[in-house]
Amino acid sequence: MRRYFGRKLLVYGLTFFVAVTVNWMIPRFMPGDPVSSMVARTGASNPAAAETMRVYYTNLFGFDQPLWKQYVNFWAALFQGDFGISIWVFPTPVSEVILGAVPYTLGLMIPSVLLSWVVGNWFGAYAARRKVLDNTLLPVGYVLTAMPYMWLAVLLAWGLGVVAGWFPVAGGYSFSMQPSWSWDFILDLLHHWVLPFSSLFLVALGGWAIGMRNMIIYELESDYSNYLAALGAPQRLIRRYAFRNAVLPQITGLALQLGVLVAGALVTEIVFSYPGLGSLILKAIQNQDFFLLQGAFLFIVLGVLIANFIIDIVYVVVDPRTRAGMAGAAA
Amino acid sequence: MTALQEVPAQDAAAPAGVRREALYFALRNGKLLTGFGIVLALLLLGLLGPLFLSGTGSEYGTQPMQPPSAEHWFGTTTFGQDVFTQFVYGLRTTFVVGALGGGIAAVIAMLVGFVAGYRGGLVDEILNMFTNIVLVIPTLAVLLIINAYLGVRSVGAQALFIGLTSWPWAARAIRAQTFSLRTRDFVDLARLSGANTWKVITREIAPNMSSYLFMTFILLFGGSVLIASSLDFIGLGPTEGTSLGLMLQNANQWSAMQLGMWWWFIPPGAGITAIVGSLYVANVGLDEVFNPKLRET
Repeated sequence: MRRYFGRKLLVYGLTFFVAVTVNWMIPRFMPGDPVSSMVARTGASNPAAAETMRVYYTNLFGFDQPLWKQYVNFWAALFQGDFGISIWVFPTPVSEVILGAVPYTLGLMIPSVLLSWVVGNWFGAYAARRKVLDNTLLPVGYVLTAMPYMWLAVLLAWGLGVVAGWFPVAGGYSFSMQPSWSWDFILDLLHHWVLPFSSLFLVALGGWAIGMRNMIIYELESDYSNYLAALGAPQRLIRRYAFRNAVLPQITGLALQLGVLVAGALVTEIVFSYPGLGSLILKAIQNQDFFLLQGAFLFIVLGVLIANFIIDIVYVVVDPRTRAGMAGAAA
Repeated sequence: MTALQEVPAQDAAAPAGVRREALYFALRNGKLLTGFGIVLALLLLGLLGPLFLSGTGSEYGTQPMQPPSAEHWFGTTTFGQDVFTQFVYGLRTTFVVGALGGGIAAVIAMLVGFVAGYRGGLVDEILNMFTNIVLVIPTLAVLLIINAYLGVRSVGAQALFIGLTSWPWAARAIRAQTFSLRTRDFVDLARLSGANTWKVITREIAPNMSSYLFMTFILLFGGSVLIASSLDFIGLGPTEGTSLGLMLQNANQWSAMQLGMWWWFIPPGAGITAIVGSLYVANVGLDEVFNPKLRET
């Protein structure tokens, strides 16, 4: 088990290192000179910001210093939690802007990802090898997984929001309200949360259901299932054993899908102008706020790494083979 | 020597039989035919459509915000652009991104997967580590940064970067398949006869999992289309021309939803869903064709 976690942590550590390096390299080695053009662009609209940016750049990047020194400086700033100053909401530090948006994204993602995973697995396991259910689940599942996240979001917003008028279609809470811990505000928050949540939930649902269905069919064909059936075990029991085995690849699948799920959450937030990371990234792109964009990138990578590690821990709890140090989860 | 020379003769007959059998089942597989039928129809529309249309869909027209009619099949945008024309050109872009992005990803995945799976040992360790690192980094986040810094963005560049970042899961799958093939007798035999790594991989291993490789490519194709549409939607799509994702972005940006202009945002999304969904369904059909265990009845 120590070996298992050791390997995982090594991969995550290296991944973070690569991500930070990519983050450092792209602005420097991209064609053209984004830094000077960035300063020039900002200078036109906001001279104070441009001046601070120039000072910040020379301090942080130290263009007169050798390349390796710039790289070390970049890491040093990172460990001090210094992601730079946002241009869009000048002069707030990027880390502050991002931390303000993260709760909304997490509040949207965690319930939708977990629920769609649980419900999808349950549906898939139930539908496998049941003719009528299977024939409805498969097409619906494939249509759902093939949908771009933002399209289902737009459809829901239009159908249930604009046409039916049941749900608000923009923002994380009503404009007339101030964030507070009152019941009115929480209800309003939930009201705005329903549509983005359902859209994320539905798109992810199809994939999990199909994956689980295929795994269950595979498990039901395996030797132990046939053996149990030959012993006269009830179908329910065999299915339960099949489910326990089939869930393992689905857990690995959840880790593999995290990137796609984050991407889905980002575009869904943009559709609903939900005040999370997605809308923040859109603002950053529209305002050429590269610090904010790069900060958001690092936050997303960090979040995905942490989620991966949590899934690894869950896997150890669920699969006894990893505890015994035998082959289990793919490293 | 005679024994060795006889082997190719037998081999030549066998694949033909397998191919005929696959074709037999392929033509009787509803999922495969429907899936590929829809994709082919949309591909033809994208290829041939522009020949019958005037303009490229980006010109401003005189009749803004028209619902679908005989003149404008899918209606017009706020600026009077013809949505159907945009849709047809968008299909082209979507197919190009899918084929290029999926193709590049498939090539990298095959290189990494074959070499890691066949060579094993230290090479495998290093490649596996590399694969895992790229696998964990969220693809879209990297693409965001790259595309944001690229001032002028083309469809080709978009596809290239998508291909460069979306191969890891496929590489892992191909590696696992190669692993199970490399201890087979025919691979040992090829190695004994002095074939080098490249030859063993291209002549012995790859042909024996060609159906698997093809299905992997289809999934990569679908994935590229979806990632590209997300990028377009965030506003990092190609700076010239149109794509289905850009249409969605425009519709969202100009509040088509609030204005009730459903004809602006439904066709592009439906197009993407149709292409990707049909590919997935066709893939299930292909699986049934190549894997006798899965065939119905």
